[in-house]
Amino acid sequence: MSNNLVMMPLILPLIAGILLIFFNRKPILQRIISTVFSLAALIFSLILTASVYQSGIQIVEIGGWAPPYGITFVADMYASLLVLTTSLIGLTGILYSFRTIGREREYFFYYPAVQFLLAGVTGAFLTGDIFNLFVFFEVLLMASYVLMVLGGTKRQLRESIKYIAVNVFSSALFVITVAFLYAVTGTLNMADLSVKISESGQTGLLTVIAILFLIVFGMKGAIFPLYFWMPGSYNAPPAAVSALFGALLTKVGVYAITRVYTLIFIHDQAFTHGLLAWLAALTILFGVIGAIAYWDVKKIVIYNIITAVGVILFGVAAANPAGIEGSIYYLIHDMIIKGALFFLAGIMISITGTSDLRKMGGLIHRYPVPGWMMFVSAISLAGIPPLSGFIGKLKVIQGGFEAGEYAFAFVVLLSSLLVLYSVMKVFIHGFWGEEKPIQGNPSVKGMVYPVVILVALSAAIGLGTEFIAPFVTQAAETLLDPSIYIDAVLKEQ
Amino acid sequence: MKRTNLKTNDLILQTVVKVVFFIIFIYSVYIFFAGHYTPGGGFVGGLMTSSAIVLLLLAYDVKTVAAVIPFNFLKIAATGLLLALGTGMASFFYKVPFLTHAHGPVHLPFFGEVELASATAFDLGVYLVVVGVTMTIIQTIGETE
Repeated sequence: MSNNLVMMPLILPLIAGILLIFFNRKPILQRIISTVFSLAALIFSLILTASVYQSGIQIVEIGGWAPPYGITFVADMYASLLVLTTSLIGLTGILYSFRTIGREREYFFYYPAVQFLLAGVTGAFLTGDIFNLFVFFEVLLMASYVLMVLGGTKRQLRESIKYIAVNVFSSALFVITVAFLYAVTGTLNMADLSVKISESGQTGLLTVIAILFLIVFGMKGAIFPLYFWMPGSYNAPPAAVSALFGALLTKVGVYAITRVYTLIFIHDQAFTHGLLAWLAALTILFGVIGAIAYWDVKKIVIYNIITAVGVILFGVAAANPAGIEGSIYYLIHDMIIKGALFFLAGIMISITGTSDLRKMGGLIHRYPVPGWMMFVSAISLAGIPPLSGFIGKLKVIQGGFEAGEYAFAFVVLLSSLLVLYSVMKVFIHGFWGEEKPIQGNPSVKGMVYPVVILVALSAAIGLGTEFIAPFVTQAAETLLDPSIYIDAVLKEQ
Repeated sequence: MKRTNLKTNDLILQTVVKVVFFIIFIYSVYIFFAGHYTPGGGFVGGLMTSSAIVLLLLAYDVKTVAAVIPFNFLKIAATGLLLALGTGMASFFYKVPFLTHAHGPVHLPFFGEVELASATAFDLGVYLVVVGVTMTIIQTIGETE
């Protein structure tokens, strides 16, 4: 049974992106089209999530060709939840762009690039074919190159050269890895790959390929030895773009690691998942070291992304129900809260005209709403109980203890403390203390409400964990038992 | 480019290009339609069409070519994307999976019985995108001082 509903969250941003190319000189029309299509994508991903919840995994066999011969789009609960979060981040990112991005960029295809980025991210989450995953990686990377360099300031040009060089390299490695995998198994469909590998057993060569995939996706998702490109690159573009990158791009890498390590390479876990656990722990460590070392608002948030990637992957490495559920909760929470934090950093930089914490202070007297939003986001990021970060981290740590990885679980616990310190530093130095003269634009009109939406959602997830728990449980079941995924894709004709 | 007072005379080049342009263009159309059964298709056809236009750009200058072919190539690329996506979305109306293609013999008034495939419309989209993107790149670089 094919269900074209699966394609809608992907097609809507594509249509929007194409239509917007025709109207690049009409900023108001661009804003209207972007908002309408993003809203529609959000509604369709809600419907998709609901239908996956009710009737199990939904698939589309593109062109009517049955898997493994054709490309299949698979919406399991994990992918649907991420697609839903993506369309939400996309919508708030577009709303935030209205006031912050400026006419210059609006004229030169900013909104089409955002829509193509969203289409790429959504496609990467939904596809069930490993080469198609590569294609969608390229779609989102191309769009991100445009967004990164758009505006053409010196810093953006310098950083985008590094960013493109790193990503071209990792894409080439991706193709080579897929070629190896195809040479060994003779198939590209993820479900079929899983079957073929189970039949033949995961030989040494396949473990090598698994590690190559970890390197490829780790480079996209910024894990420990491969995150070097990220702090500079994400710092260069405007805050709205950084928010989209921080909330979506690295998470696609994390999603891809989770997918291949729960569906395809599951037969030599002692080695692959052990390595993943080590890398996750080191990612967390280096992330928090960066986060407490800097006095730059954006840099602090960027290093917190790295920490979060480590926490999510540690949950995956634990490979037990608690760990996987925790990593799903934490992934969704982190996409939302990183969006909010980048928006807030953008607001602070816009007001004060600097990103240096030592040059700002006392903002809470004149900007109470952003101030308290910052406070709530900070405690949510650190995982204080009523907010969304708590349940994810709790489950990840529980998973770590159950897997017997006590040292690594303590690293996660300790990291919360340091993450809290790093974001509280932003709050205390930015919003408390003596008011300092501001050099930027004192108006924050239209910049605050996207933050309020995201923070409210974070609080809602935290308070209504019982409501979303069945969704996450269903997602975790599919990840823990690949046969559910395989049956849905291969058996259902 | 710095011009000397000495006027160059491109008569031979321009005359040859006038003839050769059409040969290349028609060959590119042939390659485009051949794609279903023999090597060819939208990508290489589009590249060859743009190479014909590039030949015009070499023989004449950017402004003349823009006057002869008065299209905004970026919008041509967007039209191609829309066409390709539209071909995929047409399958929604027939309740079949996205991008399912239809093909079969169609009776046309002049040509008689012809085997047509909706994949050609998708390929036309690819063709337009390739022409549009290639020409946008070349014109943009050519016009930058």
